[in-house]
Amino acid sequence: MAITSPIDQAAAAEVERTPRARWWAAAQSFGRRRPLGAIGAIVIIIMLVVAAAAPLIAPYDPVVVDFGAMLAAPNAAHWLGTDAFGRDVLSRLIYGSRTALIVGFGSAFIGATLGAILGVGSAYFGGRIDLYLQRVMDIFISFPLIILALAMVAILGNNIPNLITAITIPMIPRCALVIRSSALAIRELPYVDAARAAGFRHRRIILRHMLPNVMAPYLIMLTAFLGQAILLEASLSFLGLGVQEPTAAWGLMLRGAAVEFAEAAPWMAIFPGLAISLAVFAFNLFGDSLRDALDPKLRTL
Amino acid sequence: MRGTRGRPVAKYILKRFLLMIPTLFGVAALIFILIRVVPGDVVELRMSGESGASDPRLIAQERARFGLDKPLWHQFAVWTWGAMRLDFGTSMWTGAPIWEEIRLRFALSLQVAIMATIVAVALAIPLGVLAALKQDSWVDYAVRIFSIAGLATPSFWLGIVLILVLLITFKWLPPMVYTPFWVNPWQNLAQLIWPAVAVGYRYSAVATRMTRSAMLEVLREDYIRTARAKGLVEKLILSRHALKNAMLPVLTVVGLEFAFLLGGLVVTEQVFNLNGLGLLFVQAVAHRDYTLTQALVMLVAGAFIVVNFLMDITFAWLDPRIRYR
Repeated sequence: MAITSPIDQAAAAEVERTPRARWWAAAQSFGRRRPLGAIGAIVIIIMLVVAAAAPLIAPYDPVVVDFGAMLAAPNAAHWLGTDAFGRDVLSRLIYGSRTALIVGFGSAFIGATLGAILGVGSAYFGGRIDLYLQRVMDIFISFPLIILALAMVAILGNNIPNLITAITIPMIPRCALVIRSSALAIRELPYVDAARAAGFRHRRIILRHMLPNVMAPYLIMLTAFLGQAILLEASLSFLGLGVQEPTAAWGLMLRGAAVEFAEAAPWMAIFPGLAISLAVFAFNLFGDSLRDALDPKLRTL
Repeated sequence: MRGTRGRPVAKYILKRFLLMIPTLFGVAALIFILIRVVPGDVVELRMSGESGASDPRLIAQERARFGLDKPLWHQFAVWTWGAMRLDFGTSMWTGAPIWEEIRLRFALSLQVAIMATIVAVALAIPLGVLAALKQDSWVDYAVRIFSIAGLATPSFWLGIVLILVLLITFKWLPPMVYTPFWVNPWQNLAQLIWPAVAVGYRYSAVATRMTRSAMLEVLREDYIRTARAKGLVEKLILSRHALKNAMLPVLTVVGLEFAFLLGGLVVTEQVFNLNGLGLLFVQAVAHRDYTLTQALVMLVAGAFIVVNFLMDITFAWLDPRIRYR
């Protein structure tokens, strides 16, 4: 099982029942050993459910403008108040979780996966290829995350797929570096030699033999990127360079009127920020515990 | 592992120094291409802003003045030759010299970065050491939650909340116009302390986590056990033996974050209405101001590359176990 440490694995192995029971046992032992991580996981699950069931849960349509209820304070009809267009803040938060999760999962998954392939390939081939790839990675890493993402958004334009691409680009080299160092150790192991001696193609060795064995750092990078991607999307949307009105997105909700009317309608500025923080907090809690469970040596990440 | 004295170190430093050149060159080439791929053109944007539809002849003339009619490689060669002599030319949007444009904002960004670093280090080192000493106690959990929350809170939102709190509880707003420190220190600090705190919290979270894990690692080392066995006072063990050795990775994180803070405060500057390097970058991209964008990226990425280099050679110098390859 890729997602458990040797200790957790032993605990899981004791329960020799259906695979589902084994997963459940592993999850339980994770919860007992790492309460903070379990709290993070629960919040993530709740968020996923809320995002999936948004139309059922949200009391209002997130984009419908109601000039009769502009800047209403939190009340029985609008639990978290309304914004400058009379749109329900709670409903926009609920729909905003969709944007955050799509961009977060999309860019973290693509970024970590491409990074892992590059990192493993770089380590596997070594020599010239490794050297040149490393130099290219160095160049990309020298750009601050937000600056590179900003430049990419300016080039691509700002719809959600482009936003995902823009956030993915700066993540790839950061992941590749970490995965490469794990893969360098794996390359020297006998089973890779054996695979090469058996005459397997490079592609097969990389994808079937090496990639599965860097699963631990891969999952660690993936969860770390999830939080960062959500933050980055919020920042870009706040600058007006990310998701566009009237789509509900947390960063966008903080833009413009939220700052202008901060004193008169603080709920507009406070709740979206809390949503961003809670989401990223949950992903970080979970990611940290996962990292401790999978690979204590990577603690410094 | 080869020898630790004499030639290998010097060779390593030289090699590490030379490696900076292709990286800087690559950064220059990358941003040169990226900014030109952005749809729209500085000349057209500027001319159409002034008088609606503009004369194509005038546009061509203006493009020729900036050398934009020449082939790309020629433009890049001219620019690189200038950059090597630290001459970045003039802004294509305002016409002012690049150094002039940057100098005005640099002081502000540098001051915020320095103040944020002070906030971060003052929080991070005591908290990180405390958490490591009391590992898995409630103190450790509290520090960890505090620092994970720091990583999760968007600095720009923390800035909004800070302004809101000041406004509602004290009926007071930080000054919105920048005053240089030497003109009026109080005015200056009253404005810049808030963005420094907003950014410093996240920054301190990164440093706290690093301090904690570095301390945990060092505390397990043999020489700490030896120091304890020979009956050294715990306070001395911590300050002389443990903290000193744990500081290296912390220093790296602080250094790299500092380099990023110089140009990476794009969003926070917006919230506090600060005219810093981050805002300048956003404007430069929006105007397709090629020369200004390139110079700014070279400044920020260059700072990062140089700090990275300094950290590496400091490590090599301080820690003889590092292999020189």
